[in-house]
Amino acid sequence: MANKTVQFEIKRQASPDAPSVWEKFELEWRPGMNVVSAMMEIAANPVTADGRETTPVTYDSNCLEEICGSCAMRINGKARMACSSLVDNLEQPIRIEPLSKFPLVRDLQVDRSVLFDNLMAVKAWVPIDGTYDLGSGPRVFPQQQEANYPLSNCISCTCCMEVCPQFNAETGFVGAATIAQVKLFNNHPTGKVFKEDRLRALAGDGGIQECGFAQNCVEACPKQLPLTEAISDVSRDVLLQKAKDLFRL
Amino acid sequence: MAAPRIIVVGGGLAGLAAVIKIAEAGGSVDLFSIVPVKRSHSVCAQGGINAAKDLKGEGDSTDKHFDDTIYGGDFLANQTPVKAMCEAAPAIIDLLDRMGVPFNRTPEGLLDFRRFGGTLYQRTAFAGATTGQQLLYALDEQVRRHEAEGKVKKYEGWEFLSAVLDSKGAARGITALNLRTMELKSFPADAVILATGGIGAIFGKSTNSVVCTGSAQSAIFQQGAYYANGEFIQVHPTSIPGEDKLRLMSESARGEGGRVWVPRIAGDKRPFKQIPESDRFYFLEEWYPKYGNLVPRDVATRAIHKVVYENGLGIDGQPMVYLDLTHIDRATLDRKLGGILDIYEKFVGDDPHDVPMKIFPGMHYTMGGIWVDFNQMTNIPGIFAAGECEYQYHGANRLGANSLVSCIYGGFITGPNALAYARSLPAAEGDGGHAAELARQAEINAGLMKNEGTENPFRLWRELGATMTEHVTVIRYNKGLKEADEKIVELIDRYKKVSLADRSQWANTSFAFARQLKNMLELSRVVAQGALLRDESRGAHYKPDFQDRNDERFLKTTKASFTGAAEGPRFEYEEVDTQYIKPRPRSYSATK
Repeated sequence: MANKTVQFEIKRQASPDAPSVWEKFELEWRPGMNVVSAMMEIAANPVTADGRETTPVTYDSNCLEEICGSCAMRINGKARMACSSLVDNLEQPIRIEPLSKFPLVRDLQVDRSVLFDNLMAVKAWVPIDGTYDLGSGPRVFPQQQEANYPLSNCISCTCCMEVCPQFNAETGFVGAATIAQVKLFNNHPTGKVFKEDRLRALAGDGGIQECGFAQNCVEACPKQLPLTEAISDVSRDVLLQKAKDLFRL
Repeated sequence: MAAPRIIVVGGGLAGLAAVIKIAEAGGSVDLFSIVPVKRSHSVCAQGGINAAKDLKGEGDSTDKHFDDTIYGGDFLANQTPVKAMCEAAPAIIDLLDRMGVPFNRTPEGLLDFRRFGGTLYQRTAFAGATTGQQLLYALDEQVRRHEAEGKVKKYEGWEFLSAVLDSKGAARGITALNLRTMELKSFPADAVILATGGIGAIFGKSTNSVVCTGSAQSAIFQQGAYYANGEFIQVHPTSIPGEDKLRLMSESARGEGGRVWVPRIAGDKRPFKQIPESDRFYFLEEWYPKYGNLVPRDVATRAIHKVVYENGLGIDGQPMVYLDLTHIDRATLDRKLGGILDIYEKFVGDDPHDVPMKIFPGMHYTMGGIWVDFNQMTNIPGIFAAGECEYQYHGANRLGANSLVSCIYGGFITGPNALAYARSLPAAEGDGGHAAELARQAEINAGLMKNEGTENPFRLWRELGATMTEHVTVIRYNKGLKEADEKIVELIDRYKKVSLADRSQWANTSFAFARQLKNMLELSRVVAQGALLRDESRGAHYKPDFQDRNDERFLKTTKASFTGAAEGPRFEYEEVDTQYIKPRPRSYSATK
């Protein structure tokens, strides 16, 4: 009896300007197999299902335990992490494509640096005086820690941006991940010193008003961040800030 | 004189800590990282970070932290730097707290602490069970702030290939490969800090991330740097075996009360709930009544091996034991172990709130590393090292939650030391060796790209991992270690016939991997041969044929240097600094 196999279809593109092609692979099934282990198998034996030699697939990955945020891709049409995508839970053939909203580099690798640029634009940090010993930090009660901790779990995978209908070149929308970080840092006893700057950064074009409340983000987030709640909270704060700034004029 | 330029290679906790200190002191930093720094392997650390703040009124002190660390490391670590680290730890926690790390809190709003392995004190601060992630993000955010102010330039997606050395052998910069354009380039610097993490990939599957190949460490080892205590490899007692990697299950699961057990009856087919207490063998608690499930990792790992391979008591006859949290209430688990339980459920399919986890030891941490002096400088002038890639803080076995503090502490002292070195560095003669090093790297790259043969680098790597895991992990025999070294030599020879399935000059991951592989092979010999030469048992290094620690012969740091000769590295031994705590026998079955 032949061994059980798994069918994959992977969208390949050698460079940003090259045409894309679909390649089929048939791999031996193994218990606990995930999409990343399939990629590793292809690298060790880069041959398509019809026996043609090809190149190992280029993709981003690092921790393989869904905490580094590297291996986001579209698997059977859904933006998700390749490491936590177990083959047994997926319909075959398993169709794998790169994220579609970011500049393609090669195969499944895309350039997601826009998220890090956005985090810089909203000053997503706590402005400490320095790293010398200044004693203990501000008191934080467990209730507040429990509210902030989920927001701090964002792994920058960009799945929320990929699935957002408003995240595109036309709107320039920053996306849910950045807004959640604004809420996190505005909540921090020291971080909130930049609260007004952050809210103003989200007040203009590409800011929070671009959100169309499709709520795709919260569904796609692999770490279950309370994204829609963050968007509505920050949205309210942005409006208040706008009103405040208006009266100051 | 222009501000000194420092290159930091690696954007995990140690690298980022160094960057922050340099930027703060007015230096300029070029930060190189294979992955965007926010995706570095430090994110994987789970359970917490140690500091003797004694917020639980137990009478803990930095002296006790120091003693636990030295004793846990079986007296192999030099005591001066370890003492300084333990003394600095409480202020590091305060700083991280000020940076906004969402540490768990007590009802009074203070930092909460839990117990970890190898100590009797609650000394570990934590943010759920994603502490490494939260710490890395805090440092990443501070670096982004310095980047916004123009003090830091990031080179993400560049891989370090080699150091550039001048005619006197001092560092003048690095060469690096752009992983997208495949461009080879050299970068000038007055000092270089390597913070390139562990070497898990030489064992094939480990708890380490994909980038943890040890390639950078091996490259500078081959350029003349000593590599110290390479044979000390930590195998974590509780990992989740997987097809692509071994996923870590944090020691904090035991810190919060998790119990390790197997059925007393071999091959017991009953579901776990029907196995009464009397038929459960809580072997760590029986064998080590004082420390129980929180014995140090080397001890727990060997105990699991013994129960599975000697007593034949693995679950269903498989190499697995239970790590049981089902007696702890759901809310406590979610609050204190948030993160890791979801991961177990996602990858295995069972909910650890209801069903005991099935775990087995997996290669986890590299105690050895690049040799450095107490200022964190290697024997190559101007090259410094910090974090897991150097050897300084953990001796023969690292205690849980000491890695995060050693990374941050190491980075914090390395940054200013590198800056001070750079400020007193005379100008280079000529081009400082850049053209020659660039030419050497270009030749290696061209040779690899056009090499013809029958060997696939990924398959060679699997063979390397299999032999290293079999012979050079938990139980070591000289016969097996010799076999491993012979196998590595065979693989080095076969590497000459490596042929790339991808010869393109754009985002060619096979090419980058093949370059790493050569370095992994060279470093593997340091690990295997270092283990072969050390005829004793100490910490994580265990030889059934030499069960005792032998201080007379081996209370010494192993120092390997590259020779290029067929027989492999040259080994020498250096005295260990034991000026504060006199070495004593290490046993966790009694009190220490």
